[in-house]
Amino acid sequence: MTETQLNIVYMVVAVLFIVGLKGLTHPKTAVRGNIFGSFAMLIAVVVTLLVGGMNYWLIAVGLLIGGIIGAIFAVKIQMTAMPQLVALFNGFGGAASFLVAGASLLTSTKAELTVANLVATALSGLIGAVTFSGSLVAFGKLQELKFVKDVRFNNQQLINSGLSVGAVLFGVLMVLMPEYAGLFYILMVLLSLALGVLLVIFIGGADMPVVISLLNSYSGLAASAAGFVLGNTVLIVAGSLVGASGIILTRIMCVAMNRSLTNVLFGKMQASGESASADEVYANVKSTSPEEVAMLLEVCERVLIVPGYGMAVAQAQHAIRDLTNELKSRGVKVEFGIHPVAGRMPGHMNVLLAEADIPYDLLREADEVNSEMEQIDMAIVLGANDVVNPLARTDPNSPIAGMPIIDVDKAKTVIVIKRSLSPGFAGIPNPLFAADNAQMLYGDGKQAVVEITKALQEG
Amino acid sequence: MLTQLFLLADEVTVNLPGDLAVSGQPSAYEITLLLTIFLLAVFVGFEIITKVPPTLHTPLMSGSNAISGITLVGALLVVEMGSGWFAQTLGFLAVVLATINAVGGFLVTHRMLEMFRKKKG
Repeated sequence: MTETQLNIVYMVVAVLFIVGLKGLTHPKTAVRGNIFGSFAMLIAVVVTLLVGGMNYWLIAVGLLIGGIIGAIFAVKIQMTAMPQLVALFNGFGGAASFLVAGASLLTSTKAELTVANLVATALSGLIGAVTFSGSLVAFGKLQELKFVKDVRFNNQQLINSGLSVGAVLFGVLMVLMPEYAGLFYILMVLLSLALGVLLVIFIGGADMPVVISLLNSYSGLAASAAGFVLGNTVLIVAGSLVGASGIILTRIMCVAMNRSLTNVLFGKMQASGESASADEVYANVKSTSPEEVAMLLEVCERVLIVPGYGMAVAQAQHAIRDLTNELKSRGVKVEFGIHPVAGRMPGHMNVLLAEADIPYDLLREADEVNSEMEQIDMAIVLGANDVVNPLARTDPNSPIAGMPIIDVDKAKTVIVIKRSLSPGFAGIPNPLFAADNAQMLYGDGKQAVVEITKALQEG
Repeated sequence: MLTQLFLLADEVTVNLPGDLAVSGQPSAYEITLLLTIFLLAVFVGFEIITKVPPTLHTPLMSGSNAISGITLVGALLVVEMGSGWFAQTLGFLAVVLATINAVGGFLVTHRMLEMFRKKKG
């Protein structure tokens, strides 16, 4: 196989990746799109192996081990744990990139270490290492491992800046002194690994959708940089597609929280000024029972369900499906209002509801449901808090001021299913819980929904 | 062997297979071409992915994640015969990790998308 032939096949592979991603723009074509993508990967791997001169035994063992581990993960993982899995895979991709750049550095002759090659190697190492360690910390946080939870220490920004400057400095030294490139590369990767840990370890759970999107983007950029190291077009194209995808998702998530990326990465939620204390806000909270909710539901024509991370924690998606079907059989129109940052990754709620066989055309975006909120007889908030907090609209001093929310407070009745009145990620009380048209249904999300459905069927 | 790391240039030579400049030295012209490809691909990516509906954002993320496993191709290229044990070990680890990324990513995306496909409103 000549270089030209190889590059022609790579071109076909790149086109297949693009067509595959295009398939993901609609649920009907998405399965096919993903299959295109995986075929493209297979073709790329096979033609690369045809180049020859490799240690095939080592490669075969590596492919086998990796394939088995990957398949086991993919088949065993629960849908509620998708964010963790994506974080983990992201990390592996990042690690592979900095390992490839390192191995390429080792096997290059002096003549091959041009400025361009060294710059690409440095970028690949830096981005890849940050992606790897950052993703592992994100995985730990999502898995709720204790040692990455609520870590705090002082001068966080100073340390991060120091590490960034140090890593970049070693990268520059690689280019300036190619004869010591290997040593500088190792030092740079070590600093970058530390940087990745520190960048992510302070970020709270509700900001995870932003972090995962960003790391996703980085894993693509690292692959792209590795492509520049090897002068390999298919790595460059595929990596940049992923980089673009991650950046778009990051932006969507930031807009949905009305926060800038720097604020998510480096800032905390600013303390609210003179907002009311929880005791004042919650003076007139009314609680209710599943039976009462069922009675109210009997006279409803339109019901809106707003799920949040609490639904994932309680694994309540199947119970919600049963309630939806029961209501539908009574001629009630049921819809779902999905906030972009509900859950721990973009589209988290949609996947869980799809798992429970809830048709995707019932899932609607925040601004769609907001325009019809006055016609909703009952809004059921299931394990969501900040994304339905009316303070975002009314209190300009609130830490969530200006964040787009789902205006469930404008529905005729609101039922909030929640374990307690504890605040969400923003740490502020939610006046929705005490609103005249709102009632609290305390308890486990799944249990509560099951009981409502039962009461409806018996009633 | 570790001296390779620090004084790599003179001791290590690359056995490039056939007429393939696998990790050759791209000329300034070639680098400009590669940068052009990179930028165009970024734009294509922006155009396509902006159109992905929020419902499919998680599959998009895991699917594009799988595509970033393309580093596997790079990993295969660095597991060359004749390169030192250290380079081969790095390459081997990269093959394992990138394969997990790619195989796991595409499979789990498929699993998710199947759940979306079987629904009709």
